[in-house]
Amino acid sequence: MNITSGAVAINAFREAVRDRVLYNLVVFALVMIGAAILVGQISIGIERLVIINLGLSAISIFGLVMAIFIGVGLVYKEMEKRTLYSLLSKPIHRWEFLVGKYAGLLLTLTVNTFLMSVGLAAALFYVGRPFLRSDLSVVVAVYFILLELALVTAFALFFSCFSSPMLSTLFTLGIYVTGVFAKDIRDFGKLTHVPVLEVGTRVLYYVLPNYHNFNVIAAAAHGDSIPLSLIWQNTLYALAYVGLILAGASAVFSRRNLK
Amino acid sequence: MSGPAIDILGLTKDYPLGFWRKRMRRSLDNLILQIEEGEVFGFLGPNGAGKTTTLKLLMGLIFPTAGTARIRGRSIEDIRMHSDIGYMPEQPYFYDYLTASELLDYYARFFGYGPAERRDRVAKTLGRVGLADAAELQLRKFSKGMLQRVGIAQAILHDPEVVFLDEPMSGLDPVGRHEVRDIILELKKQGRTIFFSTHILSDAEMLCDRVGVLHMGKLFGVGAPDEIVSIEVRGMEVLFEARDGRTLPANLPGCATKIGARYRIEVHEEELYAALEQLRGYNARILSVSPVRPTLEDYFLQLVTGKGASGVPEVNRQ
Repeated sequence: MNITSGAVAINAFREAVRDRVLYNLVVFALVMIGAAILVGQISIGIERLVIINLGLSAISIFGLVMAIFIGVGLVYKEMEKRTLYSLLSKPIHRWEFLVGKYAGLLLTLTVNTFLMSVGLAAALFYVGRPFLRSDLSVVVAVYFILLELALVTAFALFFSCFSSPMLSTLFTLGIYVTGVFAKDIRDFGKLTHVPVLEVGTRVLYYVLPNYHNFNVIAAAAHGDSIPLSLIWQNTLYALAYVGLILAGASAVFSRRNLK
Repeated sequence: MSGPAIDILGLTKDYPLGFWRKRMRRSLDNLILQIEEGEVFGFLGPNGAGKTTTLKLLMGLIFPTAGTARIRGRSIEDIRMHSDIGYMPEQPYFYDYLTASELLDYYARFFGYGPAERRDRVAKTLGRVGLADAAELQLRKFSKGMLQRVGIAQAILHDPEVVFLDEPMSGLDPVGRHEVRDIILELKKQGRTIFFSTHILSDAEMLCDRVGVLHMGKLFGVGAPDEIVSIEVRGMEVLFEARDGRTLPANLPGCATKIGARYRIEVHEEELYAALEQLRGYNARILSVSPVRPTLEDYFLQLVTGKGASGVPEVNRQ
């Protein structure tokens, strides 16, 4: 990312903050406070499991909603409101604009996820549990959620370059859901013993983003350690996939006639 | 730099129509036009004539079906070209969560200025467009006229050599229009090339070295405003007052119109002396005698009401 994209990214982050996007943190805080109080009263010995499960799931869902609903409007809104006209008359490549918008939303999601993680830590602290070494897997789970959000945001941005927010939401959500079940779809194909279906579902498995690999919430809740190889694998996978999608988005957007 | 500031070489733009996008509508047809350094050029035409399409093509916001253009010797596809130009879109809209100074500071970053220079330029430019007092106000609280000024400010922030303004006077009150005119004149004085589209003809007549008239995507005429409108001299206008409340003679040439206490007649040039003799005999007080020339507006109206292709004289059609 260069200085030009950096300027766009900072502005996108500022837009999110001034549009009160981070207000979702208040809802998250209420959920965590309520859960901590309730869990403290009704569960014995499994507070950690319940709080981590609930907290990480909430971080993931809140992040997903933000990534999709803000992501699909990233480019479309600028085209619709024609704020792009003045911007693109400056010495800025279209790909720099796209990378900047992407980085801006990712920064917003990172700040949001970090603050929610702090909330989760506070809830764990409230239920009276000391922090353990195994809690590192919670940190890894949060990192994986961020990688997942990076992928979802890239797809949302890609669709935002050529379709309306409603269609982009449907496409991004569709890819997310099929991506979560990509492994099941491949296994289903194997079970049918129909060659066309077997090949088709295998192709889908490799083409679709494999979101399943990013979900280690259950392992983190149980205090299981997460292998270092998976961290590397997921990081490289997300980087490569995001790079590919952003390159595709740039290719589409660079030839797009603005209304 | 040698050669024209803006060199438009056969720009053509077709837009696809219909569900299958197979039919095409030509929005701009083989536009060939050169604008010299330091010139103020007015691009005239009714709504839908292709003015905004031309500007969007030059800015790289849309892509031509055919043809190309060069600005200060650089192709419009060359990103470096954008360092030399400023552009204000029609009815500009900006990030309304920013203040005027934040917006300009944001745009200034794309030209690689450091923080001190950005601060300096932002303050100076806001002062130039009369928005120094509103620098820290969020743009969502700006009136249309103020937004128009922000539009001009962001276009001239980096002292560009060529400034493109799309309908800079539209939606402004007389004071606002006057201020924008002053800014254009100041830019001209600094030797900048200005290309602006408008359908407010009086502004074009007042400001432009040359104008071009675009209609249905085609360029009909290019020339100095005087050159375009002086092709046909309509006649002579005589303004006079009747003394002692006398009634007008019935056989006066031209049709007399009463304007307050005065009368106005319009006669052919060859009938002028006879008309003046008659008015002298009638003891009228002659207030003024002036030639009646068609205005740019007449030319424009003639063009758009259908007489364009045959009835409108074409000046230096390219």
